[in-house]
Amino acid sequence: MIDRMMDRRGLDNFDLRYLGLIVAILGIGVLSIYSVTHDQGGPGLPFFAKQVFWILLGAVAFLIMLVWDYHRIARLAYPAYAIILILLAVVLFEGKTSRGAQRWIPIGPFAFQPSEFAKLVLILVMAHYYSKAPRVGWLQRVVIPGALMLPGLLLILKQPDLGSGLSFMAVYAAMLLMVGMRSQALGVILLFSLMLFPFAWEVMWGSLHDYQRQRIMAFVDPNYDPGGKGYHALQSRIAIGAGELTGKGLYGGTQSQLKFLPEGHTDFVFSVFAEEWGFVGVLILLLLFVALIWLSLEIATRAKDELGALLAVGIISMLCFCVVVNIGMTAGMFPIVGIPLPLMSYGGSATIMTMASLGLLLNVKRRRLSLFY
Amino acid sequence: MATAGFHDSELGELQRRLVVLRVGLLLVVALLALRLWHLQIREGPYYRDLSENNRTRSVILEPARGLIYDRNGILLANNVPSFSLYVALEDVKDREELIEQLSQLIGLDPELVRKKLSVRGAKQLPRKIKDRLTLKEATLIESHRLDLPGVMIQVESQRNYLGGATASHVLGYVGEVSAEQLEKPEFAELHQGSIVGQYGVEKFFDQIVRGMAGQKSIEVDALGHEKRTVVVDQPHAGDDLYLTIDARLQKVAEDLLGQESGAIVALDPTKGDILAMASRPAFDPNVLSRELTAKQWVEIVQDEGRPLNNRASQGQYPPGSTFKVMMAAAALESKTMTPSSTVFCNGGYQFGRRVYHDWKASGHGYVDLRKALIHSCDVYFYTVGQRMGIDTMASYAHQFGLGEETGVELPSERIGTVPSTEWKQRVKHEPWLPGETISAAIGQGYVTVTPLQMASLIGTVANDGVTYRPRLVQAIMDRTTGQRQELPTVPKAKLAVKHETLKLIREALSGVVTEGTGGRARSSIVTIAGKTGTAQTSALRTGPEKDIPKKFRDHAWFVAFAPVENPTIAVAVLAEHMGHGGSAAAPLAKEVIETYIKLTSKSPKRSDTASSSPVPGGRAGDYD
Repeated sequence: MIDRMMDRRGLDNFDLRYLGLIVAILGIGVLSIYSVTHDQGGPGLPFFAKQVFWILLGAVAFLIMLVWDYHRIARLAYPAYAIILILLAVVLFEGKTSRGAQRWIPIGPFAFQPSEFAKLVLILVMAHYYSKAPRVGWLQRVVIPGALMLPGLLLILKQPDLGSGLSFMAVYAAMLLMVGMRSQALGVILLFSLMLFPFAWEVMWGSLHDYQRQRIMAFVDPNYDPGGKGYHALQSRIAIGAGELTGKGLYGGTQSQLKFLPEGHTDFVFSVFAEEWGFVGVLILLLLFVALIWLSLEIATRAKDELGALLAVGIISMLCFCVVVNIGMTAGMFPIVGIPLPLMSYGGSATIMTMASLGLLLNVKRRRLSLFY
Repeated sequence: MATAGFHDSELGELQRRLVVLRVGLLLVVALLALRLWHLQIREGPYYRDLSENNRTRSVILEPARGLIYDRNGILLANNVPSFSLYVALEDVKDREELIEQLSQLIGLDPELVRKKLSVRGAKQLPRKIKDRLTLKEATLIESHRLDLPGVMIQVESQRNYLGGATASHVLGYVGEVSAEQLEKPEFAELHQGSIVGQYGVEKFFDQIVRGMAGQKSIEVDALGHEKRTVVVDQPHAGDDLYLTIDARLQKVAEDLLGQESGAIVALDPTKGDILAMASRPAFDPNVLSRELTAKQWVEIVQDEGRPLNNRASQGQYPPGSTFKVMMAAAALESKTMTPSSTVFCNGGYQFGRRVYHDWKASGHGYVDLRKALIHSCDVYFYTVGQRMGIDTMASYAHQFGLGEETGVELPSERIGTVPSTEWKQRVKHEPWLPGETISAAIGQGYVTVTPLQMASLIGTVANDGVTYRPRLVQAIMDRTTGQRQELPTVPKAKLAVKHETLKLIREALSGVVTEGTGGRARSSIVTIAGKTGTAQTSALRTGPEKDIPKKFRDHAWFVAFAPVENPTIAVAVLAEHMGHGGSAAAPLAKEVIETYIKLTSKSPKRSDTASSSPVPGGRAGDYD
């Protein structure tokens, strides 16, 4: 039954390109993590090895999400959402505190971050809802999905996890624009303003005084930069800028090697890469991301049903949002919110979740082809 | 297709809208690329500079100061390793928090740290906050290093004076260069935290002893922890000094003064070498070379005994009867007197309506120059002074180096006062009174001298009119080449006084010890010549000496040289408020001379004059 509609051909050209891009970005990520942390002692496995382990787990998740029919997966959306909400509640009371926020549930030596998985589950919920529910009137198009999203969003913001919360809203907004809005013109305008919001934000943000920014940041996320005074943002900008055209070479990034740049292996992995590989490396990396999203858009465009298309749109908007905001914040365009760079930042939950999402995307693509059998 | 949605009609619409996503994606990525191009290409060099500054720190490598030895190679001052605490400002995230932490960990005064951190200086150089940390303090800091970004512990050499307070006024002490000093050209190559000599030889020869600081660039991580050294410019140790001081004689001289205030200067008149220069009370330069709190400073500066005052070169006292040595030469040279002319002393000298008393109320009878010196007859010298006039007296006094710098290699030497008509007009804006000449003639009144000047004066007499500039350093050893450079002695202009005059004076001074007021200086091992002096500090003196409060008692002087036949040592002793020179100062001079003769006779080179003829016995004259 499971295999009923499975594409039984081997990997086609598209699949190979898709997988190749994922592997390339993952590889760059592991390399950068290795570069920052290679001389870091400490108990247990080194970070890069752990990341490889997460990637292997992610590959399993990728396969699972690929093999199961996405319609069946989508049917699990509400139960999964219920479980995630419980986990998010558990985090608030029992979670492990790190950097002032409670985001993790310890499992053995590792920590599990439900808010990451909540993003994928939200995509499932949204896609499932829109593909099933009759969509007449604002209530069904906007308010009900909003109400569905709200408990998750509030629990995440309570941790506080501003980054995941923003991703949550981004997914909701993207879905809304693609199918929730009746007027195409309105949708286009809103979509563009959403995309350009960060840049508008930069202008607005840039016009504020430091203390005003600090007050605002302290209001939304009191714990991110306790040393304060924009230290992270400045060190990150220095790292990227110091890369110049061709970079300082592998292990050559003094900003990250000497720990001036905090979180070099997680949220600021892009800065590490930019310092070591320069503008050339950065352009290549951006092209890889664009290519991956381009292929994903291809999948969305050719999805055989609305559920598939909606799943694809959700995943794409989440990916886009994370990539743009992460690079934007490391480059000093936006305030620093904790959003990891997909496929590159160190972190088990995020890596597994992203790979599972990509598996789901490919699932959508392969079911499309299965129609012809 | 069981799961096909019931609004498939909207699928087409959705997929058309995806075009918007594509365009948006390209637009946003283009903006990101533009931003990165701006950061990495347009402003890349700027950020690269910032990253270089981020990772490298310059650390000053303080040089070891040159060592200080005495004339026989006994070590007087060396350096011991000690821990210094530096703070690199760039690595400090929160200054107030750091100050708080330092005060909690090792009890540093927050105000002091705040002041040190805010001292302006080269931007890249770490600030020195404290030196001479104890091992415990250094360990505490090291173990909290992760919580103290920017804090560094450096091992540096610290000045150590092996003899404690011995020769403290000669050696001086060191301290951090002050903000005012840093603005002067001679300190141009120094920086905040540099150690410089602040007193004594340490100060006078600072540029030689100081050495050259090195510098190293270290790569640091974000917590200011040293990762590796990039460039090293080694420091150069300062050059060593060989003093003319004989540490053993110095110790004897200091012990002779003991708890009393005063000064003893012993020098070799044939070279000007200062063999001992004691000043009491003394201080411990090890304490002063540490960083003192304001309170400790006030205590030292306000100490009534004024231990920081080098009484040998900075103490100005009326010379009393020791002045008569110069007066005798002036009397003969100015033809005021001949060796045989006599004056009748009946115990007083009538001038105008006032009678100037001799110390011996019954008088000395007829006295010639020789007898006047031996018995320190005041009336004879009143007469000389009166006949000669103050300005002639002053010109001879200057010739003998009074009222002039001796040129000793110590900072802030004082010159005393040699009064003259011109001087009084200039300083007091009053005409000279004839009666004042009479007081001046016996070394009272306005006349003041330093013990060093008197040692130099008696040395000049001993050395037949040839004066050498008193010196404290005889050789410098270059640390880099290992070569020892002997410094030349510096003869001054020869005294314009006839040989016969000086010979007569020397004989008379020998008589002072053998038959006159200086009997307490008689030695069984060496012939000593000298002159007693008692400097009045208060005009109102009644009753026996022991009933007078100590601070109003007279200063005791004795100036001497030995051996009489071929002088190798000249000594000046000044004991504050100790009464008569003959009883209080002469025995001290004798001890110093005997010690020196014994010390030098042991070394074969100097055994020539040690065992001369025994001294004939004589009357112990307690008065002058």
